[in-house]
Formats: sequence, C-alpha cells, structure tokens
Amino acid sequence: MYDKSVAQLVAGLRDKQFSSVELSRCFLERIARLDSTYNSFISVDETAVLAAAGAADKRIAAGNAATLTGIPIAHKDIFCTDGMRTSCGSRMLDNFVPPYDATLIAHFNREGAVVLGKTNMDEFAMGSSNENSFYGAVSNPWDTSLVPGGSSGGSAAAVAAMLAPAATGTDTGGSIRQPAAFCGITGIKPTYGRVSRLGMVAFASSLDQAGPMAHSAEDCALLLNCMAGHDPLDSTSSELPAEDYCAGLGGSLQGLRIGLPREYFGDGLDTATARCIQDSLKELEAQGATLVEVSLPHSHLTIPTYYIIAPAEASTNLSRFDGVRYGHRCANPVDLHDLYTRTREEGFGAEVKRRILVGTYALSAGYYDAYYKKAQQVRRLIKQDFVDCFSQVDVIAGPTTPGPAFALGAKSDDPLAMYLEDIYTLAANLAGLPGMSVPAGLVGGRPVGLQLIGNYFDEARLLNVGHRFQQATDWHQRRPATAPGGTQ
Amino acid sequence: MITLRPPLPRRQPFPVANTMAIEQNEIEKIAELARIRIAPDQIGQVTARITEILGMVDQLQAVDTTDVEPMANPLDAIQRLRADEVTEENRREAFQAIAPAVENGLYLVPRVVE
Amino acid sequence: MQWETVIGLEVHLQLATCSKIFSGSATTFGAEPNTQASAVDLAMPGMLPVLNAKAVRYAVMFGLGIGAEIGRRSVFDRKNYFYPDLPKGYQISQFEAPIVGRGTFEIQLEDGSTRSIGITRAHLEEDAGKSLHEDFHGQTGIDLNRAGTPLLEIVSEPDLRNAAEAVAYLKALHSLVTYLEISDGNMAEGSMRCDINISLRPKGSDALGTRAEIKNVNSFRFVEKAIRHEIERQADILEDGGRVVQETRLYDADLDETRPMRSKEVANDYRYFPEPDLLPVVIDDEYIEAIAAGLPELPAQKRHRFVEQYGLGNYDANVLADSRALANYFETVVTRCGDAKIAANWVQVELLGQLNRSETGIEDCPVSAVALGGLIQRILDNSISGKIAKQVFEAMWQGEGSADQVIEARGLKQVSDSGALEAMVDQVIAGSASQVEQYLAADEERRKKLVGFFVGQVMKLSRGQANPQMVNELLAKKLV
Repeated sequence: MYDKSVAQLVAGLRDKQFSSVELSRCFLERIARLDSTYNSFISVDETAVLAAAGAADKRIAAGNAATLTGIPIAHKDIFCTDGMRTSCGSRMLDNFVPPYDATLIAHFNREGAVVLGKTNMDEFAMGSSNENSFYGAVSNPWDTSLVPGGSSGGSAAAVAAMLAPAATGTDTGGSIRQPAAFCGITGIKPTYGRVSRLGMVAFASSLDQAGPMAHSAEDCALLLNCMAGHDPLDSTSSELPAEDYCAGLGGSLQGLRIGLPREYFGDGLDTATARCIQDSLKELEAQGATLVEVSLPHSHLTIPTYYIIAPAEASTNLSRFDGVRYGHRCANPVDLHDLYTRTREEGFGAEVKRRILVGTYALSAGYYDAYYKKAQQVRRLIKQDFVDCFSQVDVIAGPTTPGPAFALGAKSDDPLAMYLEDIYTLAANLAGLPGMSVPAGLVGGRPVGLQLIGNYFDEARLLNVGHRFQQATDWHQRRPATAPGGTQ
Repeated sequence: MITLRPPLPRRQPFPVANTMAIEQNEIEKIAELARIRIAPDQIGQVTARITEILGMVDQLQAVDTTDVEPMANPLDAIQRLRADEVTEENRREAFQAIAPAVENGLYLVPRVVE
Repeated sequence: MQWETVIGLEVHLQLATCSKIFSGSATTFGAEPNTQASAVDLAMPGMLPVLNAKAVRYAVMFGLGIGAEIGRRSVFDRKNYFYPDLPKGYQISQFEAPIVGRGTFEIQLEDGSTRSIGITRAHLEEDAGKSLHEDFHGQTGIDLNRAGTPLLEIVSEPDLRNAAEAVAYLKALHSLVTYLEISDGNMAEGSMRCDINISLRPKGSDALGTRAEIKNVNSFRFVEKAIRHEIERQADILEDGGRVVQETRLYDADLDETRPMRSKEVANDYRYFPEPDLLPVVIDDEYIEAIAAGLPELPAQKRHRFVEQYGLGNYDANVLADSRALANYFETVVTRCGDAKIAANWVQVELLGQLNRSETGIEDCPVSAVALGGLIQRILDNSISGKIAKQVFEAMWQGEGSADQVIEARGLKQVSDSGALEAMVDQVIAGSASQVEQYLAADEERRKKLVGFFVGQVMKLSRGQANPQMVNELLAKKLV
C-alpha cells in the first residue's frame, strides 16, 4: 500500500481493498521502523491516527465519504493542530500545543483525511537544507548523507521514503519546490492567497503560501482541491473561487507556449542538471508545446530583494514569541527585559536570530527607505518581468535548483551559499505566482526538479503540464533505494 | 532541442561591499531592539555574518527605482471588511492551560515599571 | 519673561463597536480578565487580523464631522515595540496613510467666543491590554481583554494656548463623538484618553520650545491640572535659565504633579512598515456620500441654529447643544410649550440643576421633556406662578405625575377668580391699617416699593396661588 499514489489509495479505500485503519497502520509501522534514519517526523500520535482512521472507515462504510476520507497525510509542523504539539521546528514552541486547528487542517479534517503526523522542518521555515531544526537535521532518502532541502524537508523526505503518501508544506522562497526537487517528488506552491494562511505559523506574511507535496501532479491536484479556497479569516486570502484541479489534468499540451528565461539557464546552473531540464523540455515539446526564449531581467535581484523583505516581515512576525502567553520561557527571569532577551536567546536558533537581526536592521530608523522600501520597489520590477513574460507565454519553465542535493553540513556554516540555493524559486514568491517542481531526472543518483511557473491562479494549467509530463516519463515513480520497497 | 542564446554576461552573484561593514555596537543596538541576547563571545561572529548579508543586499542600492510604487502585496488586492459581530466565545481556560505563568486569569510577568 | 504655552493633544478614542477591530471578540467593559481575549487578541501563532467594517465607518463619520479629507486609500502599519500588554510585539496602527486627514474643529470658550482648532489627522489602531501591578508577589498581571479594542487616535495641531482651551477642545470633541454615537465617551472607563504635548516659548516667538509629553490623562479635570502643573514646571526651569528635556511624563493625580516615566525604553525606534497581513482600505465616493447623508446635525451646527431659530445667547446655545440627548430634550420642551426662552431657562436652571444634584444623566431623567413642556405651559397660561412651578417640578421629579396632576392633587391652581381675589385683598387692606396709611402718604416712587407688602400678604393668604398680576391690579384700584 505504501508505494501507491494517493489516487490509487483513494480508489482502494472506495473499493474496500483495504481500510483506512490498515492503511494508516502500514504507514505508522514504516515510520516507527524507518524514520530513525530520516528524522522526517517531529510528532506522530498513533492513537489519534487510528482513531481518525477508524472514524474514516465508518464514514466510508456509511457511504458518505469525501475524496480524501481515510487517506493519511503528513503535515509540516508549521500548521497548528488542535491538541497536538506544533513546534515549527523550534525550541521556542517545543511545548506548544495549540487549542485550535489551522484552516488547512480543518479542511483536511472535514474531508475525513487522517493527520498522520507532523513533519520536521527548518526552524520557522527558515532554511534550504532542513539543518536548522531544533529536532535535528533530516536526511535525504536518496542518500542519507545529503540534505533533503528545506524548509519543508521533513515532508519531502517522508513522501520520498514512502512514510506518507502525501504531505503538506509551505513555501516562502522555495520551501516546497526545492525539497521536492531534492527528494524526487512533486510539489506545488499555489498563487499567494490561494490557500489560507490562518493557523500556519507566519514566517514572511506577504510571501508564505501552503501547498501539497506528493509523488505526482495528479496527487497534488487531489490535495489542492481540499486545501484551496477563500478564508474570510485571512485578509490576504483570495475570493476567487477555487477550481477542481483534477478536471483539466489530461488536457493536451498542443499549442502551449512555454517560456524559458535565459537568466535561469546561465552560469551557476549545474551542467548535468541543465541536461535533465533540457531533456524534460524536449518531452514537453514533443507533446506539442512551443518553447519560447524569454527574459526576466531583474532575476539577479531576487536574492537581495528576498533577503530584505522576508527577514523584515519575519523579524516582527516573531516578536510574539516573548515567553508570556505560550511557548518557551526562560527560567527565573530577573526582570521583564531579562524575560524577553533570554527567552528569545534560548528559544531561537542561530539562523532565525540572524534573520530577525537583519530584518530589524532593514526596518530601523534611517535604513527603512534604503532597504525595505527599496526592496518593495524592486519587488514590483520583478513582478513586472513576469507580467511581461505572461503576455507572450502560458507557463515559464526552468530548473528548480541550481543542482541536486548537497551534502549535510556542506553549507550550514555559510548562509550566503545557502541562500543561493533558492535563486530560481524566490521570484515566484516575490511576484506571488504559482510554482511547481516535478521530478525531471537523476544526476549521480540524485533527483533534480523541473520548475514550472504559472500565471496568477493558473494552478490547474501547471498541474496539467506536470501530469502530462508524468504520463510520458517515470521520474516521479522512482523510489530511493534506502527506503525498503524502493525501486532504484 | 532548444538552443538558448548565451546568457547575459556573468554577474557576480554577491558583490560583497566591504565598505558597508557594520559596527559591533550597531548590532548590539539592533539586538536590543529585537530583544535578543547575544552572548559576548558570539557577538563578533554574528556581526561578521550580518555584515556579509547586508553587503549582499546592498546591490539593490544600484537599482533605479524612481517612480516605482513599492509593492507590499503580490496581488495588489484591497482589504475586505468584516461585519461588526461578536463571533468569539470565552476560551480562557484552553488558552491559559498552555501559558507559562498565570494567576487569577491573568498572565504573569516580572514587575513592569512605568 | 512672558511665556506663551503651546499645547497639542492626542486623543485616543475607543470606538463603540461591539467586536474588536481585528477579531470577533466582545469589547464589553469590565469583563473577567482575559475572557474577551481570543486567539487573535492573544497573538497565538498563525492568527491573522480582519478589519471591522464598523470601525472604518466610524472613522469616516468622524472625518466628515470635522470636514476632513478622507483617506481614499489608507494603509495599516505595524508599530513595533515590546511590552507585555502588546501581545504581538507590534501594534497595528496607521502611519503614512491615515484614514482621516487634515480637518478643523470649532470650540467654544467659557466667554462664549469660538476658536478654530486644526486637526492634523486621525487614524485607526488597536488598543493594548492592561497591566495590573497589585497583589501578584511583586509580579505584574496582564489582562488582554482590552487588547484589540478599536481606537481612533485624533491628533490636534499645536493650536491650544492654555488649560482652559485644552479642556474646551476635549469637551467639544466629546460632544462631537457622542453626537455621532461613534464612542460612548465614557472617560472613567477609558473610552477617551489624552496625551498632552506641551511646550513654552517667549511671547511673540514663532519657534516651538522643547516639549514634554504627558501620557494617558483621562478626565477633563486632570487635563486641566496636569497642564497647569506642567506650565509651572517648565516656566520654573526656563526662568532659571535651564532647558526643558524632551521626555514622556506621567500625571499623578494623587500628588497633582507630573513626573518622568521610569521605564528604560531605549530610544524608541518603532520600525513602522505596512502591515502585510492587511491590505489597503479603499474608500470610494459612494461610501462617503452614503455616510454623509446619514450624519446627524452636529454640535456646532446645532449651536448656530439654536442662536438663530430660538434667539438664544451663545452661552445658552452651547450648554443646550452639548449633548444630543439634552438638545433633543430642550427642543421637545420648546415644541410643547412654545416659548424657547423660558424653556431654555427651565432646562438649564431647574432641570440641569436637579440632574447634577442627583447625579443623574439626561437619559435617566424622571421628568420627560413633554412633561416639563406641560409644566411650562401652565406658567404661560397663568395657571400657576413661576414659584409654584418649582414646587410642581419637585413633585414631578418625585414621580407624583404630570404638572396638571400635581397641581390638581395639591390644589395649587393659581386663583384668578376676581371675586375671591377681591375678598382676599379687602381682608389684607382691612388688617393693615398702618401700612395703608403709610402707603397713602407716600409719593409715587415709594408707593411702588410699599405695594410689595400688600402683594406678599395676599400671596401668603392664598398660599402662593393668587395670580400676582391680578392682585397688583386690584390693589392699585383699591388703595386710593
């Protein structure tokens, strides 16, 4: 059961080939047996899993099941789960058990899906390697000496290692797409505002977006159907009605115009990875798509722009962690100042503190115009590049990352080198566009991802392109050898 | 097979400006604003790292952004308004069950001096 | 040296919404601690603000009330600082693009003259919680019920010159916002709190001196006292050749003094930036026009109308237009009795006097406006004298019924029956031989004074019910 797609599991449950309890036990057993290798989960509550699975089985038996009823899904530990620890990968929230569900979790609960567990992540979603977790680094199932990518590294590794059929993640600068690429799975970051941010611990409010991570575009579509939609409790949530993302999966690619930004194929892109991307593009071309060269002239500014805006927003989003109402509180504070400074010194890890300081600096008196305001202006230039491109093409394609997964520890002491990992993914967040990564080959046994960027609210088209690509290729069906049941 | 035109001349990804070195006491000031204690033996390293990052972001200074409207929201959307209705009930017990220090329904902190 | 005082006020006005500005929690005053603090108000992780439509509406009403530009695209910003009563570590406020821009505001001074005071801006923001310092073994207790209550911060230009003007400004503001019904204006419950910026400069100078800010003064009386005290303090410093330090001070009502706040706030750097969890609030003409069309008559308009329509003096008009309830009361009395001057007099002297003595609000007044109008009618139609009317009013206040019922029950109807009056006049004249003699011997001027004695005697005999005009006429006829 563990190697099946969500679509197959949905059919299996519907046809009573197995029960949700059996299915959930299968994954619980694999997590218990294998996750010591990957460290992809922070919390798993077996009792709650089996209770939810039992309830789902009743609902299936009663004949009023929804699509995902009974499907176990792993959630990034950034989504608040009522009664279950939500740590955000931080010591600050190690003891935090929210008395409420994120809207996204509520959607899955309403659908009758089973919360399989909470996955490991870079602390407060800040990182590109999942090495910045209070709960330790996650290993890449394709090679446990490699990073799985970040910040949704736990979700990516759990799906890749078949410890969960699908997972949720969040993407602020590439945190769904980059780990999906590194772990050989499919992940989509929808348009900003497509999925509610309520109950999702905030990193950078104007960039954060949740999305599904699974083996295939089809599975992502199934999950996104449950996740997308307007939330009146999130002011930035779009009122545009969500679509049925499964409906258009099979559509032909004939006449599809795919833009290839030349800035995404220049220096800094690993040659072997470039070859995989070129091969993938050829496949799409073979299916009738036209490849068009385009330019995103402000691409070289995405990293500096992002590393002002994201830390600035984060620096104040994280001010609420003060040891007063929940979460970590330092022992025996001598006064209020000591309570604040020591709680935050102890509760936050190095990268989080670094970004808080950078963000505080960028917003401080005398620097606001030079940094924050400037970055918001450049952000508009970056968006305009895409608006111009989408007047010529339907989707934009390129590599998700400059190369395949790197070794654990290789960049953990060099923030700037780490930031470069997100060079191709940041722009979609800055512009608010949907972006997807689909497995596009292996480089020395390490997966690489093809990134597809769509126009606003054009998720269905991205999923269609991804699905058609996956109908013709099998990269998404490869499984890592370290995971029992792996095929490669 | 598509052949792409040669990419633009290589840009230094991070032209680190050494001139913008930030003073250690400035980091201390920022850390105080952010209410984060930095152990004395780490302040040097933290300053160095942040100097690197600020050097990297400094390349924005060269961009001409005259007349460019800052973009705070990617969709340039506008605010929806909520009807003035009480929709929340009292959940003090649940919220305070996870609080570090409460008494008589109040959150406790070290004495605040006004 | 002669000093001129320059005062600007920042008023924090709680808006009378039933839920908070960014969450669905109730805003009821005086609830058990933290029972009106939702996940949003507590800044639980992942919680997001959604703006209350009524808070926006109230702000726009205020803006229209002072003739200000309404911000067509106003933006919320985060104001960042750490304090235990501020759960998010930032206050959502408005910095660069407030919802209400520049406006002006007419205030009325004690002598009846008016002054125009500039309003720099008014913006929406959220209130903070409360810190309680008592009884927690040296710790501070935090109640977040108030956190997220909508505030309109109204910033005046430094146009005020003394404590009396500042108080007049606050009273006029209070009157306006309660007219608009956008705030309950209850100062004791903190619905209207005031920060005072105050500086001195040599008379005739245009430059502003260094100012001190006095935080959170919440009664008219304290504002007056705090300003008087602060003027004295700054003048003393300047007279001695010293310099005023720019700082934030607290007014201590018990000691009647201001003192610097002790909190070691490092040089404030609030790091304002646009709140990314909220979007710009866009207001169009249609919205503004609809609100403008529904605005009530405002205090200044009402004042002017009272002067014109009823011929009242500025002072009377100001008193009567102070609150909508009082003005409505007054106008109902006028409608009922038909005489604005006597109505104005009765409302101001008898009614307000009685309300003040019994610490009753006009809303809870036991004598309705219609009833008071009925009473005045009885004065006007000579059924009772003004003096008797006061007795009747007392009885009405005590719940003894309408004016007519009281007059009837107590037999207070004025005696205008000329036969009965004549008998009484005769009786008095007969029993006052020496006074009659004196009267008859006196000249015209003196007679005018002496006649009072006879009137008094007749009134006494009639237990105050004789029609004084008829008594005078009868006496004039008989004392010859």
